[in-house]
Amino acid sequence: MFTPAAIAMLAKLGLKNGRANLEVFADTLQELATADRRIVAVTSDSRGSGKLAPFGKALPAQIVEVGIAEQNLVGITAGLAACGKKAFGVSPSCFLTARSLEQIKNDVCYSNVPAVLVGISSGVSYGALGSTHHSLHDLAVLRAIHNLTILVPADNVETREAIRWAACATRPVFVRFGKAAMPNVTPEGAAFEPGRASVLRDGRDIAFLASGETVVHALLAAGHLAERGLSARVLSIHTVKPLDTEAVLRAGRECRAVVTVEEHMVHGGLGEACASVLLQTGVRVPFRIVGIPDEDTVTGAQADIFRHYGISMEGLAATAEALLR
Amino acid sequence: MLHLIHEAGAGHTGGGLSCLDILNVLYNRVLRVSPESVDDPARDRYVQSKGHCVEALYAVMADRGYFPDEDLSTVCHYKSYYVGHPTRKVRGMEMNTGALGHGLPICIGMALAAKMDGAPYRVFTLLGDGELAEGSNWEAGLAAAHYRLDNLVAILDHNTLQITGHTRDVMSNEPLDEKWRAFGWEVRTVDGHSYAALTAALTTPPPAGKPLFIIANTVKGRGVSFMENVAKWHHGVPSDAELTQALAELDASEARLKEVRP
Ligand SMILES: [Mg+2]
Repeated sequence: MFTPAAIAMLAKLGLKNGRANLEVFADTLQELATADRRIVAVTSDSRGSGKLAPFGKALPAQIVEVGIAEQNLVGITAGLAACGKKAFGVSPSCFLTARSLEQIKNDVCYSNVPAVLVGISSGVSYGALGSTHHSLHDLAVLRAIHNLTILVPADNVETREAIRWAACATRPVFVRFGKAAMPNVTPEGAAFEPGRASVLRDGRDIAFLASGETVVHALLAAGHLAERGLSARVLSIHTVKPLDTEAVLRAGRECRAVVTVEEHMVHGGLGEACASVLLQTGVRVPFRIVGIPDEDTVTGAQADIFRHYGISMEGLAATAEALLR
Repeated sequence: MLHLIHEAGAGHTGGGLSCLDILNVLYNRVLRVSPESVDDPARDRYVQSKGHCVEALYAVMADRGYFPDEDLSTVCHYKSYYVGHPTRKVRGMEMNTGALGHGLPICIGMALAAKMDGAPYRVFTLLGDGELAEGSNWEAGLAAAHYRLDNLVAILDHNTLQITGHTRDVMSNEPLDEKWRAFGWEVRTVDGHSYAALTAALTTPPPAGKPLFIIANTVKGRGVSFMENVAKWHHGVPSDAELTQALAELDASEARLKEVRP
């Protein structure tokens, strides 16, 4: 996943290898559901891909299988949530947020039921499987729907905290993450507050506003830039909506340049959300959106695709240096 | 309902008249709901999947005391809670609907929740026959039988018309009884304007483990001669003169009924 130089930097920064966010999600949900019988997982032949087979074995009365039918998955999740269940609809993000978008919009968000929608293997987690299985549109379409908190956790800690928080939320929540093992970037015990970005590193030359599984690459780039005499601020924007506008504006005002990083198409995601905040507040700063460009997406492993589009220590450091030049 | 649509200047007149009797039977004879128990977890749930016929639902719910009649003079007005499709901002409304093919999946979630909790409530939805072209209904049809949801009732307002014309010409869906039976449902076909037949079909429990599908044969525009079976009345709004004539016809029918059964 990482180049030898990046692996050396991981060690230098003390970033320890973690598990897949997907596995942490499944364990956390099972732990919560064991204590709270109201928690129900709804799957669309996706308990295997959602790592929920152990959940299904341990808590068979709290899992609902709907078969390969994502529209039904979201409608049923909404109905369960409307009748007192804490329902988690779990399906690959590519299907969940496209095929059942109307159910998300109406049955969950417009009806305002406390359902949690979990987009597993999001972004380019299924990179080698082609564009049918990429979800590079999900944040864009969901940001355009009112009444939905959108969480994109970076690592195991943020994933666990996001799921714990979502289980208590009284309004609709969407969470997305991938299936590759993730180094932990958040200190254990750090506060997780939806709507409040986590500052992982402070700096004044460049600000990396990153989300999800790209955050670790921004941190590595910050380490790399430090060796070249440049200081970089790194934020994990785990809540894409509502956006922490204060943190974005501080970055724009206090740093010489801003780079956003996301596992999403450059249209309609975190980058454009940040650009909108900066521009509408009159903060003018050299600015670059790094994500997946609007083209026939290259295929391969998530790491291959990240590297191809410059979502890597080397790529992000180069983007920052070019912007500061 | 006709007054309401006339005043709002918009609404679904034909489909409203075709499902009005069903809604009257539901709210007055079948559903264990009341304006006093809108938050009672044990109440029956009704989700109107054919959300566009909300005017009929507003009229029946106002009659049942959920909100004052006067509220309905604001239907579709600026900032009114009474919009052209059901929303939970209106007292007693369970879910926001309006896009077709959503009610049945939602009701499966509700019926599953009842089963999980061992709760006694039943869950009802009303579907349009044009609406059945939405594939999500058939996904839900599988799931309801799979989970043996005998606490779930789907009522089809089978008026055989939709906005473009006859459903059989737009996208034929018959034979519906055989289809839903093949999906594992208990199917009952009734006269959707007979209070006695509807009451019997809705209150007689289905065989254990079977969801209940009621094909209510109805007439779009029922009760008004110039609206009956005329597709353009799908969302036609009566003019002053048409309203007067429609009301006169309905009053005459009521008078005849009172003569037969004083
Ligand atoms: Mg019809």
